[in-house]
Formats: sequence, structure tokens, C-alpha cells
Amino acid sequence: MPDVQSMVAEFVNKLRKRKIEGSQATAKCTVELLRSVISHQRVPHANQAAALIDAVKAVGQQLVAANPVELAVGNVVRRVLHIIREEDLSLTTAAMAGLDLLDASDDDDIDNCKGIGYPAMSAAVVAAAARSTLRPPSLQTLLEGTPESATVPYTSSSGADSESKTADKSSLTRKLKHDVIEGVNQLIQEISGCHEQIAEQAIEHIHQNEVILTLGSSRTVLEFLCAAKEKKRSFRVFVAEGAPRYQGHLLAKELVARGLQTTVITDSAVFAMISRVNMVIIGAHAVMANGGVIGPVGVNMAALAAKKHAVPFVVLAGSHKLCPLYPHNPEVLLNELRSPSELLDFGEFSDCLDFGAGSGSLQVVNPTFDYVPPNLVSLFITDTGGHNPSYMYRLIADYYSADDLVM
Amino acid sequence: MGAQKKGGGGARVSEDAEEQSHQRLQAILLADSFATKFRPVTLERPKVLLPIVNVPMIDYTLAWLEYAGIEEVFVFCCAHSIQIIEYLEKSEWYSHPNLVVRTIESHKSISAGDALRYMYEQQTETSQIQGDFVLVSGDTVSNMPLADLIQEHRERKKKDEKAIMTMVIKQSKSSSLTHQSRLGTDQLFIAVDPLTKQLLHYEEDKIDHPRGSVCLDKSLLESNPSVLVCNDMQDCYIDICSPEVLSLFEDNFDYQHLRRHFVKGVLVDDIMGYKIFTHEIHSSYAARIDNFRSYDTVSKDIIQRWTFPYVPDINFSGNRPLKLGRQGIYRACDVIQSRSADVGASSVIGYGTKIGDGDKILNSVIGNGCSIGSNVVIEGSYIWNNVTIEDGCEIRNAIVSDGVKIRAGAVLQPGVVLSFNVVVGRDFVVPAYSKVSLLQQPTTEDSDEELEYADSSSRTADHLSGLNLQMESKASELGPDGAGYIWEVCEGAHDEEWKHSVAPIPEDKLAEITQAIDDDDTDDESVVPTSGELKSDADSINTDMNDPNDDYYDFEKEVEGTVLRAVEENIKVDLVTLEINGLRLSYNMESADCAGATFYSMMKLAVDTPHNSASELYKNAASIITKWKELLGFYVKKIDEQIEVIMKFEEMCQESPKELGPLFTQILHLLYDKDVLQEDAILRWAEEKAGADEADKVYLKQCETFIQWLKEASEEEDEDDEDEEEDD
Repeated sequence: MPDVQSMVAEFVNKLRKRKIEGSQATAKCTVELLRSVISHQRVPHANQAAALIDAVKAVGQQLVAANPVELAVGNVVRRVLHIIREEDLSLTTAAMAGLDLLDASDDDDIDNCKGIGYPAMSAAVVAAAARSTLRPPSLQTLLEGTPESATVPYTSSSGADSESKTADKSSLTRKLKHDVIEGVNQLIQEISGCHEQIAEQAIEHIHQNEVILTLGSSRTVLEFLCAAKEKKRSFRVFVAEGAPRYQGHLLAKELVARGLQTTVITDSAVFAMISRVNMVIIGAHAVMANGGVIGPVGVNMAALAAKKHAVPFVVLAGSHKLCPLYPHNPEVLLNELRSPSELLDFGEFSDCLDFGAGSGSLQVVNPTFDYVPPNLVSLFITDTGGHNPSYMYRLIADYYSADDLVM
Repeated sequence: MGAQKKGGGGARVSEDAEEQSHQRLQAILLADSFATKFRPVTLERPKVLLPIVNVPMIDYTLAWLEYAGIEEVFVFCCAHSIQIIEYLEKSEWYSHPNLVVRTIESHKSISAGDALRYMYEQQTETSQIQGDFVLVSGDTVSNMPLADLIQEHRERKKKDEKAIMTMVIKQSKSSSLTHQSRLGTDQLFIAVDPLTKQLLHYEEDKIDHPRGSVCLDKSLLESNPSVLVCNDMQDCYIDICSPEVLSLFEDNFDYQHLRRHFVKGVLVDDIMGYKIFTHEIHSSYAARIDNFRSYDTVSKDIIQRWTFPYVPDINFSGNRPLKLGRQGIYRACDVIQSRSADVGASSVIGYGTKIGDGDKILNSVIGNGCSIGSNVVIEGSYIWNNVTIEDGCEIRNAIVSDGVKIRAGAVLQPGVVLSFNVVVGRDFVVPAYSKVSLLQQPTTEDSDEELEYADSSSRTADHLSGLNLQMESKASELGPDGAGYIWEVCEGAHDEEWKHSVAPIPEDKLAEITQAIDDDDTDDESVVPTSGELKSDADSINTDMNDPNDDYYDFEKEVEGTVLRAVEENIKVDLVTLEINGLRLSYNMESADCAGATFYSMMKLAVDTPHNSASELYKNAASIITKWKELLGFYVKKIDEQIEVIMKFEEMCQESPKELGPLFTQILHLLYDKDVLQEDAILRWAEEKAGADEADKVYLKQCETFIQWLKEASEEEDEDDEDEEEDD
């Protein structure tokens, strides 16, 4: 336990100090951390799923608070919670099926010796129990006010009837944890394998002699382009350098090393070049529930240019980048303003920065991200295939459970 | 001493071996500035715990050290050590997984030198410092990486045994007007070898010789093929030191200040051939909060995010992160703000603070738990925690400490510093640059004035409680319902107060300095063609002049100097004319001005020449005029110019009515005789003066007979003047 605590503290510290950045890296670290949290979590007999959910939630809240801008962290935490809920659900349905059978035989016995009244009630309780475990509490059950606690003692008392059931339960506990860890492992694989999944689709989107524009650097985009190259497609890539961090330069280097025809342009030249471009492909930092995209700064401009010239604007995003939140004031709240020293040299401008002088003073704003509204995006390519921006909410409903949206 | 050295060397060798096996990164953090610049606030709380943008300074330093990969920090506490240790215990630093924080207490140390000596003593017993260490003070805000720098230092040390220290510098242009850096410290001149980055010269430009020269040792230039001299560098007070530094401090027990004594000692006295190197940082930030001005500047830099990731919206040391909105406004989520309040750009508002109706807040930092009434104006100020500000107050460029109450309608003028729990009375105006505290100003300057504050906090507490009682009975200096003493400005530093204050330098001060500098510039220009000797003359005159605005005055001084020199060195008239013409062009004067000035300087010369009686003075004047009439004649070709000369003369007579006054007519006559003045000019002057006040007519009356005679002479068409003149 203590080592998990310290692991959490260390990761929180890293997130806070911005020592670890980028959605891929943070997502991977988060999911691995959560896996060890789950495996170290001691589970009580009753209500194991709730215990796991609480543990994961507690850690998740810390992680999200440490760096709210890294949306992937929150996404992964919600995914893990979803996995726990799903596994719990499937186990309870399985158990319920067994319980139903058992009850049916019990009912027969009771029916035989005690007569009417009791079985009817028992059936109602069982139905209520099934309802409460199978589904999230519906409005009706809430209104009916059927107390959940009332059902639990009953089931346990009915469980006391047969010794086999308690044994079942302990194995059930172990099974739940096992299944959850299994599910989390799948998630880890999915996150680390999302590049390949996305890159596989490259051939369908990039055609011979096309010109592709990208901005900044994204590993997904790199793999995507290279996959098309490997399939003997020949095309050219324009890379907007992505000031002020100039990650486009790194991408260009990588692309050239892999034998692609690459041209580096300044961000401000995007509008001038867009008429020669067949498709804009960018990697996202996060995809919001409305289909809006948060990407490296400058992306919105590229999207507007693409819209103006009717060039398809394609966003590549692994499923861990799908964020179930709706953007509210994304330019400010989902952004991070970094040090102005990335833009200009402090020493050179130190005489303009003196606020004391009262006269004009220099302010430098250096946002990390840009928000692209959904109407500018033509297509999302995720590891499950291509999707329209308006379909995002549906995907999100598949990946997350509604209870976890607010953590 | 030699033996001691050897011992130190031996220890170092063994440490080297240890270092190889375990390269633990260590730092010494001096949690005491050993200065009095933050008084009176530091009488009650140590400087490193003062909040800067709502986070104690020491947290910035520790967070940065941790981020930079330092594994062990020795926090050296001196004054208020109990408070510091308590704070560290409460905070997360003692239980930090990656950073071991140890505190060292010493109440005897009154300077950084003492602190390091104490460390050395400890060192011989415990050998805590295992190798190279980082030496910083607890008021450093930085985000620079250290690991590479330490590595660099170690490698250099391996190559060159004598490289004991690496000093971090950063480019930061200092103001050409005030000769101080952005941080309010004196302008720094350093000389560096551009190849090896070895520090060759280090000099802080003191205020008292703002136009002084930098002296570089000649041997410096002999031993180094090239020397880079810069004045736009800022010393970050971050040093990577080898253990020798500690032993150096031990050997030289008179070293107190890290820079003034230690660095100077190593550079100038050439102890053991030790060398100091510099490391310039470009993209990262580093600054030390040395005075109130740097408090202001660094706060602004933090708000402008130069210190990223140590910014208010990131939780870097257990602080509660604030939300960053547009225009750089940081606001806690639970701030209660009236809709009519106007919170402007670059402001920070802490948790649990209430902001009333119609408030205007701009460029300010407001701490946690403050309550601000309605129609309050806060501009460029730093309000710490739990401050109560009542309706209608005005606060500009002030620092307001914890627990202060400002009653309705009070005004804090720029540069005010209110210490803890002060109460400012209703409608009271706290004058600019005043420092207010509940504690009385220490009257006697003890020998240990270097010490930041009274040594034990308990004493201060006693003092305080006693004071509160006094305060009840006695009418306060801050209005009838106020509490606190306004401190006298000590050490005659009143002129300098605005330089280190939190308030920006006022416009009029700036204008004054600009003016002074402009004057200096013109001086320099005009002086260039003449000899160097004259420059010093002109300077010495310049320093005691009263009205720097008057260009003509300067010009006159220049001409006077030139004439004086000409007389002394017997320079030819042609050359003097050339020089005065040069001056005329550089000052954009007319030749009438030249005539006036030349004549003035001649007469001044005559007056200054020692004389006993009026007749002797007349003789002096006559001889000078006779000798230099050609020079004067060069400028008095026109009637206007001649009138100017007469006017000037009259002015001079009015200034010294006793000496020159009686001689007015005589000298006027002389000038007429020597053909310097024509009779037309004198007559025109008389006509002009005829309409003047009685007071102005004194000299006109004095020479009435002369003028009368002139008139007659002109009427009589040049009759024999000779006779008349002999009669005179």
C-alpha cells in the first residue's frame, strides 16, 4: 500500500511540475498507475466494485487536479472506472442468472410448504435487486424509494440458505478484480497500440501525388504518414513549424529520415500554401464531446484556411484522447499559458518589461493549445475508424459511463 | 594556516572519492538575507516567509531546487529560526520524497560569511557536505535547470583544481537613467574571459559615483587576450561552489558579504590562484528579491509567467492553485466579487477574499481572506492575507502586510509599507515612502546592524504585547483610531528611498535625472574639442550649479572656463575665438550671447583677481579689457551685440553692487575708449532704459553725465574728445 501511495505522490508531483507532458505519455502512466492501485486495493466482501471505484476515483481526482490541462489523464481514469462498472455489471448479471435459478427452486419449495404471499414478495425483492444492480438507478426507482439497503440483507439472508453461495462470492470478488485488471491491461494495449490502429487506415485517405499539410509534431501523424509511405504511396508533406516550440522541425527531421518529401513552412504561410494542399492532417491533444478539437497552437488558423479552400481537415486521435466533457470557454480554461521565454529572450527585452516605469509595458502571451470548433473538422480518424464530428458524443457514450463524467 | 589548508585539501580528496561513488546533489539555502532592506516587516517575520504572489518566497526556492534535481537542502536559519522551522514542519517539505530538507540553526551569525563559517565548523564534525554544492538564498525565484550546470562545474573542476565557483548571471538591461537594474540593485560591471567564461572583474556601480569610470587591472589585459566587459548582466546570486569555498571563508574570517568580500577577495587578492567562472542563462529565469523594488518586479514577472511552472495557477508547493482568466487575472474559485467591481489586468485575488461594490483593482496582488469595502481603489499594490480595507480607501503602490486594518477614506501614497496588524485611522493619509509598524523603530544602530532583525522572536512578541497596551492609551501617529509608528527614514537615505521602493520611480524624479544626464551629455560634447583639463573644470562647476535647466547658464560657464584658460595659458585670440565659436554652435547660441558671455567672463576674471580697492579693480579690468578687446571685438560688431554687453554689465553690477557698481561709468567709458562700444549703442541703451523702473535706472543715473557728454559730442560732430577725456 505505501508504495502505491508514494507512486501516486510521485506521479502527481511530476504532473504538477509539468515534468511529464503529452497525452500519450500521461495516459500510459496514468493507466499503469491505476492498474497497480487496483491490484493493491484490498476488497471487502460486500460491494467490491464500489470499493474499487472509490479507490480509483480518489487517485483520479488527485491526478486531474495536478494538471487539469492534461485531459488524457481524466479520460483514462474514467475509462478505468467504466471498466470496473462493466465488469461488475457482467458479473452481477451472471450471478443474477444463477440467483434466479436458485430462487426459482427455493420458491418452489417455499411455495410447496408455506403457501402464497411470501414468494410474491420475494420475487418483487429479487426484481428490485436485479434492477438496482443491473442498471444505474432509474428515476422511477429513485421516486419509488425502494431502499437498496433493504434488498441487501435479504439477499444475504437468502444467500445464507446455501453455503455454496458465500464461497461463490469470495471467488466472485477475486474474479471481479481479475477481470478489471484484465480490462485495464487491454486498455494499456489499446493506448500503446493506437498509433498502429490509426496508421492502418492511412492508405484509404492518402492518395498518390497528394500534398498533405500538418502542423506541429504528433507521433500519430508521423506513423500515419509513414504507413502510407510504406504502402508505396508517393506524396509530399508540408510541415508548419509550430512556433514557438518549433516541434514541426522535429517532425520534418523524422519524416525526412523515413524518406518522405518534406517542406517546412512558417505557420503564417499556411494560408498561402493551402491552395496547393489536398488534405490537412493534424494530431489532437484532446477531442471534446461536441467534436471540437484541442490541438497545438496555430491549429485553428490552419482549420480556417482549410475551410476557406474546402480542403479536408482531418484529425487523428487515439481513443484515450476522447474527452467526455463539453468545452466551455476552451481558449482559457482548457489552455495553458507557458513561459514567455519561449517567444523572446528575457535579456533583450528586459528594459521593456519594467512595469514600474508607468509607460507602456510589454506583455507576452504564450498559449499552448488552440481550440478548433467542430464545424471546421471534416473527419476524425480514431483507432476504431473514421467518424464525423457529430458522432463523437456517441463514441463517448460507448467508452464512458455517465456516472463518472463529474469526478 | 598552511596546515589548515592541507587538512582541507586532504578532506577534499577523500570527498572526491566519495563523490565518485555517490553524486548526491546538495544545496545550502540561506534563509536570512543578512540585510535590513525589508524592515520593518522583517522585524516580525523572516523575509523568506514573506508571501510573493501569495506563496512564501522559500517555497519558490525549494520547489525550484527540487525540480532541478537537488536531493538535499540545508536550510540555514538565523533570525526568526523558530518561525522558519515551524513553517517547514507544517508544509510538505519535511516529508518530501525526493528532497531531504535539513535545518541548521545559528543565532550568532550576522552575515553570509558567518553562516558559511558555521557550516564549515559543522562540516568538520559531521561532513554533511559531500562535494560541490549550490549556494542560494531563500529569496530566489528561478526555474533554471541545475544538473547540467553542476556537471559542467565538476568537469571544469577536474581539469582545473582552482575553479572553485560558478556564478550564474543573466542578461538584464539596467536603466540608463538611474543606474540600477530592474531589480533595484546597483548596476553591475563584470569582465569575463569570452572563451573560458572566467570572471575577471566584478564591480557594483555605486550610486555615489554614477558617472565614474571602471578601472580594470592592466595585468588583466596582459594575461587574457580578450576581455568581455558587460554592464547589462544581472547577478542571480546562484552559485555552484566547491567545498574549498567553505574553507576559504574559514581562513578569511573577515569575509562577510558573498560578493563584496568573497568574490572581490578571490578576484583582487588572488588567494591561492582560485578562479571563479560564470554561467549565463538565456531561456530560464532567475532573480533574487533583494529589496522592495525587486519584490515588485519579481511579482510582475511571476504574474507574466516568466517563472513557469512556478506560477499561481499551478500547484507547485502545496499552494492552492488559482484560476487564470483572460488578461492575466488570477482568481481563486471562491472569491466573492461585486458585479460593479472592476478587476483589471495582471491581478491576483486569493481565496476567501471579498471585493465590494465599485472597487477598482489593477496590477495588484490580493491575498487570502481579505475583505475590501466599496469604492476602494487598489493599484500596483501587494495586499497580503486577512487585510481589512474599509470603504473609499485609496491604495497605490503599497505593501500591506497581514492583519492590517485600513479605515474608511484612508489613503496610502506610493511606496508605503505597512507592517503586520497596523491600523490606519479614518481619512488618514499615509505619506509616500513611509514605513509603518507597530514596533518602534530601533533608535540605536547597534554594531550588529547587519542583522536582519532582533534575534529572538519571543522578545519581539513580548515587545509587541507591551506595545499594544501603550497604543491604547496613546494617540497614534496614524490618526485617532489608528495604531502604529511611522518610521523615520534612517541613515540619511531619504534621497534613495524612491530607488528601492515598491512604487515606480516618480515622473518628476525621472525628469530630473533625464535633465541631469542631458546636461552631462552636452557637457561631454562641448568638451570634446577642448583639452581634458577643461572637462574636469567644467564638471566641478557643473556639480554645484543650481539651475540645470538654463542652457545659457551652462554656456556661460563654458565660455568662462575657456576664457580663464586662455588668460592663464596665454592662448592666441584666434584660437580662443575658435573655441568659443565651437561652444556657440554646440549650444545653439547667437553671437550676442557670445558677446555677453565673453564680457561676463572677462569681468568675472577681473573681480576674481585679488584686489584691495576699487581703483585696483578698475586697473585689473582695464588691463584685461585692453588685452582681450580683440576677442570681444569679434563678437560686438553689431549694435545689438554691444547693447547686450552693456546689459550684461549692468546685470553684473546689480549682482555685486559693492564692487563693480561704483565702477560702472568708468568701465563703460573705458569700453567706449577702446572702441569696443560705439556711442550709438550706449545711447540706444540709455533710450531703452529711460522707460524702465526707478530701481533699474540706478546705473543709468550713474552715467548720466557720460551719456550727456556723448550726446553733446555727437551733436557737436566730433569735436576734440581728447581734452574732455583728460578732464575726466
